[in-house]
Amino acid sequence: MNPIMVFAEYSAVGIAAGGIYALIALGTVVIFKSSQTFNFAMGEMMMLSAYFFYTAAVIFDFGLLPGFILALVGSIAVALLIERFALRPMLGRPFIAIVMVTFGIGSIIRGVVSMVWGPTDLQSPAILARTPVMIGSLFIPGKTARAFAVAVVIVGGLIAFLRYSRAGIALRAAAADQITAYSMGIDVRRVIAFTWVIAAITGCISGVLMANVNSLTPNLGLVALNVLSVIILGGMNSIGGVLVAGLIIGWLESVTGFLLGTEFREITPYVLALLILLVRPTGLFGTAEIERI
Amino acid sequence: MARIPSIIWAVALVVVLAALPAIVPRYWIYFAGILGINIIAVHGLNIMTGYTGLLSLGHAAFVGVGAYTVALAQSKLALPFYLAIPLAGLVAAIMGIGFGLPSLRIRGLYLVIATLAAQFLLNFVFVHWQSVTNGDAGLTVLPATIFGYPLNTETRVYYLILACDVALTLFAFNVIRSRVGRAFIAVRERDRTAEVLGVRIVWYKFVAFALGSFYAGVAGGLLAYFNQFVNPEQFGLVLSVFFLSAVIVGGMGSTLGAILGAVFMTLLPEFLRGGGLAIGTALGFDIAAILVPLRETVFGLLIVGFLILEPRGLAQLWKRAQQKFLTTPATIPITLIGKQGDNR
Repeated sequence: MNPIMVFAEYSAVGIAAGGIYALIALGTVVIFKSSQTFNFAMGEMMMLSAYFFYTAAVIFDFGLLPGFILALVGSIAVALLIERFALRPMLGRPFIAIVMVTFGIGSIIRGVVSMVWGPTDLQSPAILARTPVMIGSLFIPGKTARAFAVAVVIVGGLIAFLRYSRAGIALRAAAADQITAYSMGIDVRRVIAFTWVIAAITGCISGVLMANVNSLTPNLGLVALNVLSVIILGGMNSIGGVLVAGLIIGWLESVTGFLLGTEFREITPYVLALLILLVRPTGLFGTAEIERI
Repeated sequence: MARIPSIIWAVALVVVLAALPAIVPRYWIYFAGILGINIIAVHGLNIMTGYTGLLSLGHAAFVGVGAYTVALAQSKLALPFYLAIPLAGLVAAIMGIGFGLPSLRIRGLYLVIATLAAQFLLNFVFVHWQSVTNGDAGLTVLPATIFGYPLNTETRVYYLILACDVALTLFAFNVIRSRVGRAFIAVRERDRTAEVLGVRIVWYKFVAFALGSFYAGVAGGLLAYFNQFVNPEQFGLVLSVFFLSAVIVGGMGSTLGAILGAVFMTLLPEFLRGGGLAIGTALGFDIAAILVPLRETVFGLLIVGFLILEPRGLAQLWKRAQQKFLTTPATIPITLIGKQGDNR
């Protein structure tokens, strides 16, 4: 096989992995847009959902679809509890205090999950077929390709939903100007709670997919820290930007692994994040909301 | 009841700490040494996050930079400890500035991301720059010597740590009372107003970040001499979360709080272990297996709980307790008013 083909294959695999990044990033961006809260617990919410799914589908043996629905309900309940009891009391408090709260929540979830389910790897039930997908002569592992397809469909659907539905318009109104939105009859608190529901949904789907592609451990959530660079590249507050940025970061990670060696994969997102901060802090699609001082 | 000036308390405390090795068992001295190192690191993070409002999630990595600087300064440059430790601080400060520089000019999340990037990138360097850091195996550090007298036991390094603690605590305390410290607080509270009043905010953020990283570097240098080895595992994200919890629990923006927070957070895992093992044996349940996640959970709960319920931390609780016990009746109504004001 010639090097160009190998490169192309790594590229395809990377882009496919980027789909899930986009999904995780979407949940974070939506919350950020509505309440300027950066949710560092996103990865842990995702990981917890995957454990919910495992518990419902494997331990209680409810089957895949009912198991997924139960996991979804559980994830939404957890997200609403976090919003109501940890973040709402923090409204109006300094930005870094809120960030630290979400960071603390992540730590709690990680600890509780390791205590309840144990620190060892669990094998999530196979929901995606393993048969590899061939594009021309490019070979893409089956699970990665199918996870990509699911992720892109969901991300596309959610972007369209946030663009055209009443709830989505209310969200954008609240993001643009909270006080005006409030005075026009939009219940901003419900909008914020709604963004947490969206985050729970994207977290649940990405968690289940992720646990299927890799294995299920309490450290699954750390992937979401890589997603930081997706969010910066897309531009903090751009919902559409996450899709493009997710694919780019996925691609770069895979290609770096190929060109420099696999150990460099893990730092690619951070190097990139620093470069973006240096060159173009607004990212690709962000509005110039960042404040230079 | 007349109040005893706090300076007398402080001197008494230092005397007791100096006499400590004669009184308590050796294990405690090990513990006191770690505590002293943590206090220095937490002072650093408190200057950045507590006073200036610059959140860092990469503090542990800068502690690591300090530790590796000492290990390398000793083996490659044969520097004595009184040069190696300040060098550790300087190198960490330079690293801190390097990572902080692009984002110190921008408000909000960007610095958080840059420090998180520092955490992962520096740890990556510790692990993968084999030829210098010896990878996961780490480096050994020879004991520091002073006039040919080796600091080769925990008790001897303990005195070095104690001396650094006293000096750096006094320094932190005085910086905060100076023009620079007031500028830090102004930057945290109202950056635009501060700018209008002539405080060069970018410069002061810069100073706070360099100073905080310097403290981290010194703490790391001491840790290298104390453990006599350095490896990447010591400086992970968990340690950064630990420092952050200590700052929050102690009370952001309080030098006393940094000390209280470091003491509390250093003792907490021991209590968890002691209490957990006792409960575990009583119930016939193996609790040792879940100690690490239990610790993580409790750290998280403390961060969230203190931020929501008592953002000014243990330092504020301490102050209140003091007011309750040490004030004369005539001042009580004033404290009550103060209490109502504290509700936020």
